[in-house]
Amino acid sequence: MNWDVIVQYLPRLLDGAVLTLQLVAISVLLGLILALPMGIARASQNLYLRALPYAYIFFFRGTPLLVQLFLVYYGMAQFDVVRQSALWPYLRDPYWCAIITMTLHTAAYIAEIIRGAIQAVPPGEVEAARALGMSRTQTLLHVTLPRAIRIGLPAYSNEVILMLKASALASTITLVELTGAARTIIARTYLPVEFFFAAGVIYLIIAFVLVQGFKLLERWLRVDACQGR
Amino acid sequence: MQTYKKFLLAAAATLAIGSQAVAAEKLKLGTEGAYPPFNLIDASGQVVGFDIEIGQALCAKMKVECEVVTSDWDGIIPALNARKFDFLIASMSITEERKRAVDFTEPYYTNKLQFVAPKSVDFKTDQNSLKGKVIGAQRATIAGTWLEDNLAKVVDVKLYDTQENAYLDLASGRLDGILADTFVQWEWLKSDAGKDFEFKGDPVFDNDKIGIAVRKGDPLRERLNTALKEIVADGTYEKINAKYFPFSIY
Repeated sequence: MNWDVIVQYLPRLLDGAVLTLQLVAISVLLGLILALPMGIARASQNLYLRALPYAYIFFFRGTPLLVQLFLVYYGMAQFDVVRQSALWPYLRDPYWCAIITMTLHTAAYIAEIIRGAIQAVPPGEVEAARALGMSRTQTLLHVTLPRAIRIGLPAYSNEVILMLKASALASTITLVELTGAARTIIARTYLPVEFFFAAGVIYLIIAFVLVQGFKLLERWLRVDACQGR
Repeated sequence: MQTYKKFLLAAAATLAIGSQAVAAEKLKLGTEGAYPPFNLIDASGQVVGFDIEIGQALCAKMKVECEVVTSDWDGIIPALNARKFDFLIASMSITEERKRAVDFTEPYYTNKLQFVAPKSVDFKTDQNSLKGKVIGAQRATIAGTWLEDNLAKVVDVKLYDTQENAYLDLASGRLDGILADTFVQWEWLKSDAGKDFEFKGDPVFDNDKIGIAVRKGDPLRERLNTALKEIVADGTYEKINAKYFPFSIY
């Protein structure tokens, strides 16, 4: 193991790690916002309300993130209409392409987590709220959702970690995030073991911090108490 | 020289005996498969191209059977060292950095680096005119290294996994220009996709020697060198060259 070279290139790896964190943080937050109405619609009794998010989720869960990235980055750029549109300043930038794709991708998974969480809220609690005279909206906002958030949080933290690792695919559209930085350095040094090892350790550290963060959040939301433990 | 000839004779004799004992020695030829016209995967899924034909001609001279194996470009040297294949013929430039990881044969062609940009654009290749431009290159290539070493502070360098992806971004306007091997781009400029683009300026680097890589200390290197001399001497090389380029690239 060539430690001197790792130390020498560490600043470039850390620059990459910062970009990785940005991509993951922005996409899982925007994804959550996007997924909330979809998840609620998915849990609806109304067939038509369920159908649209179902199609969206089916598409984004059924295709690989790499394919989605290539479709957004290389695919859309083929069309003159896209290149002349007002969105092109964003779509020509690999950073925004990655954010858009990762957000749309993770939103599909988060929506399913929310649907599952809403359906896992004990029916007795919803009935009790309704019996107390709460409207449907009131029940949703004051009983179902607060309860569902606590049920879904562990699964959401899982999704965030999955996106951390999936963000490595952004290196294929020229972004120099952590994996991209490692690959670029390896192209110069021919030391794949050293730099994939170093990148792996940095991913582990980020994942560890995320896991601890979610643990604190779960404690603050009293997730365990809500689940009767 | 005399001893060298004797050594060669002895080697040839050993080989002759060897080839009688074992039906046919099998070697694996490694390449990338995304670098037309040197190595590419055709519509039927076969790996073809200049590199492959040269490689197969060398195998024929060495009287061995060769199986073609492909690998992603940026992991291709580690793959050679991990014995995924025995020799690597993938238009690889001989550089000091790479020589630390593998051994190279004598060059089998000489490459140049040249900028390509849209025909409609006035694109000069001096440092002042290049300032602030976005230039693409393939990751882990001599062009990518050259840009980082010479123009890192002048242009915005974007590195791609394959040359084809860089072309896509040049066509979409994300890149102002590409720096890559002259012959590879010559092939692309001829194609329909490249018809709106042209070479800009003279080659910025014209002594890029391309060799075949083998693992450190592998005696296969000498056998390849001998076979290479033979195919150049007997006209096989010229014939293959003429199939791809109307000028000699040796």
